[in-house]
Amino acid sequence: MSAIADRPGSAIDIEALRKRLAHGGEMWRSLDEIAGAADFRRFVEAEFPAIAERLPAKPNRRTLLKLMGASLSLAGLAACSRAENIVPYVRQPEILVPGKPVYYATTLSSDGFGIGAIVESHEGRPTKIEGNPDHPASRGATDAVMQAAVLTLFDPDRSHTPLKDGQPASYGDFLKTMAGLVSRWTASQGQGGALLVEATTSPTLAAQLGALRTRYPRLKLYRHDPLAMPAAMEASRTLFGSALTPVYRFDRAETIVSLDADFLGEGPGRHAYARDFAARRRVRDPSDRMSRLYAVESTPTITGAAADHRLAIKPSDVEAVAAGLNAALTGQTGASGSPADQALMTVLVDDLKAAGRNALVIAGAQQSAFVHAVALAANAKLGALGNTVELTEPPDSLSVDGDLGALREAIGDGAVDTVVALGANPLHTGPANLDMRKAFSGLNLLVHHGLYRDETAFLAHWHVPAAHELESWSDIRAYDGSTSLVQPLITPLYDGKTAHQLLAVLGGGFEADPLSLIRQHWTQLDDDAWRKALRDGVMADSAAKPVSVTVSPDLAGLKPAAKAGSGIDVRFVADPWLRDGRFANASWLQELPRPLTKIVWGNAALVSPATAERLKIGNGEVVNIASNGADVDAPAWIVPGHPDETITLSFGFGRKVGSVAALSQGYDAFHLRRGSEWFAAGAAIAPRGNSVRVITTQHHQAMEGRAIVRHASLDAFRRNPDFVRKNAPPVPTESLYPDWPYDEEAWAMAIDLSACIGCMACVSACQAENNIAPVGPEECERGREMHWLRVDRYYAGPLDAPDTFFQPVPCMHCEKAPCEVVCPVNATVHTHDGLNAQVYNRCIGTRYCSQNCPYKVRRFNFLDHQSFDKDDAGPEQGAHNPNVSIRSRGVMEKCTYCVQRISAKRIQAQIENRDIADGEVVTACQQACPTQAITFGDRNKKDAKVVREKSAPQNYALLEELNTRPRTTYLGKISNPNGKLAKPGEATDG
Amino acid sequence: MPQIFSKNANGVARFVIWGSCAVLLIAAAIGTILPRSDLVTGVGEPLAQPVPFSHKHHVGQLGIDCRYCHNGVETSSSAGLPATEVCMTCHSQLFTNAGMLAPVRASLAGGKPIEWQRVNGVPDFVFFNHAIHINKGVACETCHGEVDQMPLTMRARTLSMEWCLGCHRNPEPNLRPLQDVFLMHWQPPADIAEIRRQLIGMLDIHPETMTDCYVCHR
Repeated sequence: MSAIADRPGSAIDIEALRKRLAHGGEMWRSLDEIAGAADFRRFVEAEFPAIAERLPAKPNRRTLLKLMGASLSLAGLAACSRAENIVPYVRQPEILVPGKPVYYATTLSSDGFGIGAIVESHEGRPTKIEGNPDHPASRGATDAVMQAAVLTLFDPDRSHTPLKDGQPASYGDFLKTMAGLVSRWTASQGQGGALLVEATTSPTLAAQLGALRTRYPRLKLYRHDPLAMPAAMEASRTLFGSALTPVYRFDRAETIVSLDADFLGEGPGRHAYARDFAARRRVRDPSDRMSRLYAVESTPTITGAAADHRLAIKPSDVEAVAAGLNAALTGQTGASGSPADQALMTVLVDDLKAAGRNALVIAGAQQSAFVHAVALAANAKLGALGNTVELTEPPDSLSVDGDLGALREAIGDGAVDTVVALGANPLHTGPANLDMRKAFSGLNLLVHHGLYRDETAFLAHWHVPAAHELESWSDIRAYDGSTSLVQPLITPLYDGKTAHQLLAVLGGGFEADPLSLIRQHWTQLDDDAWRKALRDGVMADSAAKPVSVTVSPDLAGLKPAAKAGSGIDVRFVADPWLRDGRFANASWLQELPRPLTKIVWGNAALVSPATAERLKIGNGEVVNIASNGADVDAPAWIVPGHPDETITLSFGFGRKVGSVAALSQGYDAFHLRRGSEWFAAGAAIAPRGNSVRVITTQHHQAMEGRAIVRHASLDAFRRNPDFVRKNAPPVPTESLYPDWPYDEEAWAMAIDLSACIGCMACVSACQAENNIAPVGPEECERGREMHWLRVDRYYAGPLDAPDTFFQPVPCMHCEKAPCEVVCPVNATVHTHDGLNAQVYNRCIGTRYCSQNCPYKVRRFNFLDHQSFDKDDAGPEQGAHNPNVSIRSRGVMEKCTYCVQRISAKRIQAQIENRDIADGEVVTACQQACPTQAITFGDRNKKDAKVVREKSAPQNYALLEELNTRPRTTYLGKISNPNGKLAKPGEATDG
Repeated sequence: MPQIFSKNANGVARFVIWGSCAVLLIAAAIGTILPRSDLVTGVGEPLAQPVPFSHKHHVGQLGIDCRYCHNGVETSSSAGLPATEVCMTCHSQLFTNAGMLAPVRASLAGGKPIEWQRVNGVPDFVFFNHAIHINKGVACETCHGEVDQMPLTMRARTLSMEWCLGCHRNPEPNLRPLQDVFLMHWQPPADIAEIRRQLIGMLDIHPETMTDCYVCHR
């Protein structure tokens, strides 16, 4: 992999752009697009750019003939069918019928908290994750990380065997070492021993840890969670004397103020929050009501993109805004020095007061205790406490002796000489200044338990492979405290052990069975209740009960913590998919474009246009960021709407452990971290003068200068419900294309742009469902990513504070499809129910269809991305959906409306001799969507939900002037800004 | 100027022209016939199996129903092959010491499945579903032939796309009343044409939708 391609950073004249955009209205997708940079032109002009780069330089005639001869004879060989074995069961499980999937409820962990899942299993092989509609944290939704669970399960890079000093060893030998440790600890009461755990909400794990500490009173317990956000608890401890965690009720919230809270994209309750948030903003009729969201944020997030009013400020200024809000709500005057302008604050406070107990102020989890206290006080003052926000006992409370810093100190003092690390990888995720490598090297015994042979595993005296969560028995709690069980879908592939088993070993239970460890903890459940909990995927009525509290108006003396920073603020974020880097080896996640930047296979340092202009840096130019005595080199990336004088750095990259992770580029932001802080003030940035490639999908498939996303404010919608027709080019009524009769079903989709939050769950679910191959960074750079569904991100308005729009674009399944008529071999055909079907085994790869597609939703296999040879394909083929073909090189593919799901439901309905019911066929993207933005169904059914959606006044078709008559249509985006704060060009913008 | 070509060059030229026409014709004929011949399709050619299982004995002589062993056929895409345990329901009592059943007993004892050779198969990009055919009146016999006459199982039809489409374009001649789907050597009643016409309506069969590519390829 050529890591660095030195090329001059594309210089953009930001001042000129700002002038051009000052009048607003114009919609644009990226800075390069509006700037008309040469690179961008190249991408637009060549639909599949840089094909020439792949061809060898001038093959001579003889080589060409040889190659052609070889390919002809190979083509002949490929047609021969091979002898094939059928291997039936020895004892067939009773519920299992080969060919029919079985679904199990389990729970996946998201930073330690549970999100319920239903896993599809084919003959004992988990292939697809769906959300569990009964689980409060999922409500049927999933996200990219959950989708990738099947991929990480079958990851060939997973740790296969225990390691002793880095060399393969037997588990029996490990147990012998542990027996020695147990007897030593029994004698010394655990003197010198320490356990290092991750964020966990498992009641069984907590009980096991408690039992171990009773058994070994001198055993220490430390928790290392690099993504921990403890400020909320800190605030509640100061205010109420006990740690409480807020649970928000967006279904009741009318006016929402977010103080740097990314509640749609981060946090264990995000799916439920997104669902409720979108439900309160569903407008189909001018009389419908909408909630309003004010977002103050220190880095661009999808929550900010969904906000009606957004204010981007430095992270250290958030406290000042909070202080101003507190002053305004409590009637104090003189909120001077607030970075928010007075007009906004006045309107915001008026809105909050008008909403009263239906107001909601949310503090960002990574913000300081002061901001949390302000939010709590504001909610209490407004009467919202107990209505839109409930305080509950935190599900992840665990009394520990400290964090990684404390462990480092204890090792330094010689108080700890044996560490058992469960899952954590402190060598990568620990603050750089702790130098955990040195500390761990001096230990007598370091035991590491994890999925991968990661940085810590190689240093450890013993490494034990962990069981994947789809191989484990466990229990876990959700954001609201609901408890659910984790059940295995498959026996551990590599004999991995669960954390419970390892803890049992430390307590002398060397032969402990992973199931009975959990079952024993839940003795209060009889067998029926246990089975019900397993089947439902959640224990009934297990959510934590709200605690009622009173907030002292003086905030119990909490004061703003941040110093007014000079210099540049560093804002740390966890990568939305890789988190702290634990998922870095999942190719689906590496290749899933980040919601706002659309960057793949790496990370960049995000800066605002103004800051970039001041520092004279462009996209991809390397800057050195120095803070707290450490520094890191990172390519800059200009993000419109980013707060000025702030730089956003994301965790999760910069790892070279694992074959997929090694392909990605990026810096390791943990190098700059000093503890568990989420921002650092006073950083210095110096351009290095060179550039590295930052791979983004934002330039691909551009649609220039047309009314792609149509949007209006709620007021404008009420005045003119047909705003999507305004200024729209006329739609022709005549067509030269054949008239198809649709006597049976007519499948159609509606996508609500008001509900879409750009979270990318749909793209990831599509990839998992349809066996879409990841193509790697080199191919992504050439614009050859294979995602059938993309989410376009558009900006509109001023450069420094633009409005952001997301638009998922699957195949439109045109009734007058331009792709169909140009195929010379009839490989793309119209079906009786209106699908544009793609027949892989007919396709010869002319790519005419893609050329003729106005929406650019077709994807071509330039290379063989997945092997057909079962031995060659490796374990990751286990994640494949058996009902979807694997495509080979030279074949076009695209969204099929999940035709395999349509077929399955049709066959079922036909067997039962009935029609397919509305809502029976659910596409993968629709099923994953947390906000239910996607509706799918039969347009010929008059009472179908999709027909109701499409009859909304804001329904429009993409590029309808081309007369393609797409089956996929959009509901124009409606936002709800306060009329008193109308932005120039926005109030009447349609 | 002397003649470049001698007189017999005419003959050579004629031979080459007619010869190449003939070669093309023969090639076309072979290209059409060969893929359809039993040689390539494997029709009528029994495969060696780890256990010489005889449908002739089990179906023809003992009269065991298809579904006893192929129990997914009414509900699933895959008809399913019997688990070793199913074989042993009878063979734990009958022919308990027969040498030819040794692999079956070994399978149960050792927990290792029997690896059968696939006789009836379609390529990986074809998604065939047994259940819908059975439930719409297409008999086992229609595609699998008279298995009760097969001492060793063999392919009875080509299972080529051409053959599939023949029925998908016009399913009527291959339909039976649902209760007769599992019968062998079924004799159609006299009014079968009328029955079939009724079946098309009753079972809601729409031949015009059955040739959409995605019915089998997806």
